[in-house]
Amino acid sequence: MAELRTETMTVNMGPQHPSTHGVLRLVLELDGEVIQSVMPTIGYLHTGIEKTAEQKKWQQVIPLVERMDYLGAQSNSLAYAMAVEKLLGLEMPGRVKDIRVLIAELQRIASHLIWLGTHAMEIGAVSMLFYAIRERELLLNINELIAGFRFFPSYIRIGGLREDLPRGFHESVNAFLDRFPAKIDEFEGLLTKNDIFRRRTQGVGVITQDDAMNWGLVGPILRATGSDYDVRRYFPYLGYETYTFNIPTASEGDVYARYRVRIAEMRESVKICKQAISRITPSGVWACDDPRVVPPPKDKVYSEMEALIQHFLIYSQGFTVPAGEAYVPIEGPRGEHGTYIVSDGTNRPWRVKMRAPSFMAIQSLPAVVRGGLIADVVAVIGSTDVVMGDCDR
Amino acid sequence: MTASDIINALAPLVPNASFEEASSVDFATIYVPAPRLVETCRALRDADGLRFTTIIEITAADYLPRQPRFEVVYHLLSISRRARVRLKVRVGEGDALPTVQGIWKGAGWLEREVWDMFGIVFDGHPDLRRLLMPEDWEGHPARKDYPVQIHKTAQTYEPLEVSENEFRANIERDRVKRAH
Repeated sequence: MAELRTETMTVNMGPQHPSTHGVLRLVLELDGEVIQSVMPTIGYLHTGIEKTAEQKKWQQVIPLVERMDYLGAQSNSLAYAMAVEKLLGLEMPGRVKDIRVLIAELQRIASHLIWLGTHAMEIGAVSMLFYAIRERELLLNINELIAGFRFFPSYIRIGGLREDLPRGFHESVNAFLDRFPAKIDEFEGLLTKNDIFRRRTQGVGVITQDDAMNWGLVGPILRATGSDYDVRRYFPYLGYETYTFNIPTASEGDVYARYRVRIAEMRESVKICKQAISRITPSGVWACDDPRVVPPPKDKVYSEMEALIQHFLIYSQGFTVPAGEAYVPIEGPRGEHGTYIVSDGTNRPWRVKMRAPSFMAIQSLPAVVRGGLIADVVAVIGSTDVVMGDCDR
Repeated sequence: MTASDIINALAPLVPNASFEEASSVDFATIYVPAPRLVETCRALRDADGLRFTTIIEITAADYLPRQPRFEVVYHLLSISRRARVRLKVRVGEGDALPTVQGIWKGAGWLEREVWDMFGIVFDGHPDLRRLLMPEDWEGHPARKDYPVQIHKTAQTYEPLEVSENEFRANIERDRVKRAH
């Protein structure tokens, strides 16, 4: 009798597959439905932002870095601005810090909403996307209010903020914060105890705590394995130590644990936002008072010669940053976002490098999905919340 | 944890290595000699007082025209000690560094990216291929002597090009086939 011959099958997934969150290509080697190996190919969204930044002046880099992780745009610019401010030795006024905290947390909610909608949609709960996008729309409206730009507001600047808060800002934010916790309950009502959702996610894509640390997956993925590492708690910045909030964790390390961690994070973000908005006065300082970096107020530009010169210098030459290097980490929506900058003392950066949590997450993907089913790949990619703009930069 | 604390903790574990403390505005920064890199990293990961179990970032900076021109930078995180450290290694053009993938799995792609962008070779790396740039790309774009303001068409595979005559010939050939 002829011997039965078996062989594995190679399947190409992407780069245009709808569930690969942008343009990620996976070459899967399958034994039936079981995954033998995965080879991710990235770089389809590589736009050389770090190289481009070396040709720009310090302040001009902000719109560029916002386009890296396009779902958490203001986390990028916050990390970048804080790194440059570290080299300049600038200390922000309390109101600027509070506004930045508020914006960072609203950005986290916006990013988690996209994650929730797309992740649930890929697993089969299509309607979730519409509920999530509906809430995110309100956050984009707030962006439009503060900067006139919905996706990449570039509102956070080196030295503070672009301008003061607009009229109606508090009302919009408070309206969102009052409405949103009930919406999280609604999302959870659809998914948390949903038997189909739980069967697709529980025990799938498990990663242990040691492995997560070893792969550098600091962020919600690590917190879903039982660690409470959060940059906001371990290395506080912007006065996060003065806010009351919890670090949600889970212990299973699977897709469902990551889901629970991120849902709980949204609730904690709402708590932080409420504390921040109660501290922020409707008008006040929006930048530090360092004349090297922050242009003088317009009325002085029109009436004083020195102010006019200063204004002209800042907008033509830019400002110089002392030579040195700095790495500033912040807790972004996807984990530790960090910016490493090197200055040679001129008005342009010598080197800008963003630490990309998505990059690390995709790197670990083969180890996480090996031995699982092909349908689990979609669930795992969704749960790691990768953004290819962040990964490829 | 200051740089001298870390150097003192490392001294018995990595004997006769000349570590150098560097000034920094954020956290401890240490220059490590390239041949002792793997030993140093293993000690940083495993020593009780250190436990830098997480690799945060590996990147490089090109300081042309300074010699040696590159500095490879390793950012490490110790969650249990709430500490960070930056290791820097000076690398000249054409020099190779040992890979630290055996110590932190996450180092694999980070080193690939450094090779892709700067052309710094990591000895012992199992898969040192292009990561972000296309596989047939020439040069290493993050180097300071790589030109920036150039209009170079992306090197991709040639699209299928058919001249008008070939196109008509194909049509004719198919028409004959259909007549059978």
